[in-house]
Amino acid sequence: MSVLTLPAQPGQATATLPVPWQRMLWVTWRQHRGMLIGLTSVLAAVAVFLLIAGLDVHHAYSALTACRPVDSNACAALNSHFNNAYWPMGNTVGIFMNLAPVLIGMFTGPAVLARELETGTFRYAWTQGIGRVRWTIAKLTLLAVVITILAWAFSQLFSWFFDPIMDFEGMSIVASKGVFDTRGIDFAAWTLVAFAIGACLGMLIRRIIPAMAATLGVYLALDLLSWLVLREDYPVAIDTTNASLFNGPSTPSSPWVLRTWTVGHTNWWRYIPASRFWPMQFIESGWLLVLAIALIAATVWLVRRRAA
Amino acid sequence: MNVIETRELGKSYGKTWALRDCTLAVPEGRLAALVGPNGAGKSTLMNLAVGLAVPTTGTVTLLGGISATSPAVLHDIAFMAQDAPVYRNLSVADMLHLTKNLNWKFDYAQAKARLADLGIPLKKKTGKLSGGQQAQVALTLALARRPRLLVLDEPLAALDPLARQDFMATVMTAMADDGVSVLLSSHALADLERVADFVVVLGNGELRIAGDTDELLAEHLLLTGPAADADRMAGLLEPVQVKRAEAQAHLLVRTGGVAGEKPVPPGWEAHPVGLEELVLAYLRPTNIKSSAAGSRTELTDVNR
Repeated sequence: MSVLTLPAQPGQATATLPVPWQRMLWVTWRQHRGMLIGLTSVLAAVAVFLLIAGLDVHHAYSALTACRPVDSNACAALNSHFNNAYWPMGNTVGIFMNLAPVLIGMFTGPAVLARELETGTFRYAWTQGIGRVRWTIAKLTLLAVVITILAWAFSQLFSWFFDPIMDFEGMSIVASKGVFDTRGIDFAAWTLVAFAIGACLGMLIRRIIPAMAATLGVYLALDLLSWLVLREDYPVAIDTTNASLFNGPSTPSSPWVLRTWTVGHTNWWRYIPASRFWPMQFIESGWLLVLAIALIAATVWLVRRRAA
Repeated sequence: MNVIETRELGKSYGKTWALRDCTLAVPEGRLAALVGPNGAGKSTLMNLAVGLAVPTTGTVTLLGGISATSPAVLHDIAFMAQDAPVYRNLSVADMLHLTKNLNWKFDYAQAKARLADLGIPLKKKTGKLSGGQQAQVALTLALARRPRLLVLDEPLAALDPLARQDFMATVMTAMADDGVSVLLSSHALADLERVADFVVVLGNGELRIAGDTDELLAEHLLLTGPAADADRMAGLLEPVQVKRAEAQAHLLVRTGGVAGEKPVPPGWEAHPVGLEELVLAYLRPTNIKSSAAGSRTELTDVNR
């Protein structure tokens, strides 16, 4: 590009200041309110179910834990009822929760840019005074923030709903994927990254449906990678020879044993204690946040350099 | 001041050159017609001018020297892409608000008044409007931005004759009232022949000729004479185009100045040229049989 030479008076641009960011609030809302309302409605409907079912689960579980004597027939009946009625329901909702981030990402991310490219409206949008870089940054940031907050709120409700089931089944809060991924800030971070993957692939592939399929593929690969490979390597593990740590019954606060080995006659364990739940959450959410920002930056770069 | 200036501008997609070595200057205050067959590079040139595409070679500047890729230039130009893309699920009123929010300058009152004049209901979704109404909405939005340069890519292609007339009337009014310069592309010359005071002819990705319409017409002559004499004359006058019929030949020549400057050779007759004839001659520069060149309003893709 040539050096911008200051033109003679008639050749000067009228406005030198860019169009303010806050104008994009209305623009983003108006153009994506269908998607935002749809997402909120689905989450709200599930939330109502979680609230009603959650009260039921909590009630049944407190009755079960309060039942004395524990080995009486009455308590056994309560136990079996909880096991038959609530565990399958909790398990089903739990599986849905593990897929929810990628579902949200697929239905929100790709359309933001791919729809403009599919319908040709980018030729309108990218020639307005605000400029395409501001337009893209503002849209993606606003949508990412709203979707992340919605996902976080939703995961808090699910965690409350799932608490008794986790307790009943003795699922470790650090070792169990179904538990760790759906509480704290992890669920929100995964949803954010799914949206960013979707937005970036929408710009790369330029068509909504193929971009949605690609989002699913990329997300699942990343999810498996973190679950099977990365999570064990977060710098939170402890080495010990204290066997008593691993003797008790399985509970939410059970440690996650990564591996065991023997030196001479001494047995060693490498494990992650349940107390390191938050450090693990921050590590995982941290790199997911960095990845999401990088993906959004890459998307903006793609928009900027795209040749029509 | 030149509203558009290109220097050795080129754009390639892979190995295909959509536009090559185009050096051009369109002065201020004109309605410049960008004509050529489909695939001639008109849309490429327009996309380069409004910053939607980045040049492979050369430069393009707008409004007296501002780079087309600089974001600041978007405050002063408005672009209406081919097929007038609008958000089909938004109402006309929403499109007004949208465009207002995306720009510093937006004459809301003027846009509303113009839409009311045209009888286009604000509450209707743009997707439900006719093609002519969609084009008028897109043009209204573009003009309400109070641009100094309006770039219109094939705005007439999808319109019926009446809508074309209405559309051009709006453009001409804006030029008269606000001094907007216009670059308008079309593959149909007939609609522009009387209104375009500057013409740019593109063929096969190359600039064939560009200039003030009146000057170009004054500089060109159609010589008609015996076919037997055509080759000798062609060698002498370097015509733009030679057409041969049975006994007669037609030579379109550039006189390089005022018409009649060169004496008409004996046995030959000189006629003034029409714009359409002139444009077609530059699009078919080689010797051709006259049967292939009738009078037509659509420029077909002769280069493929």
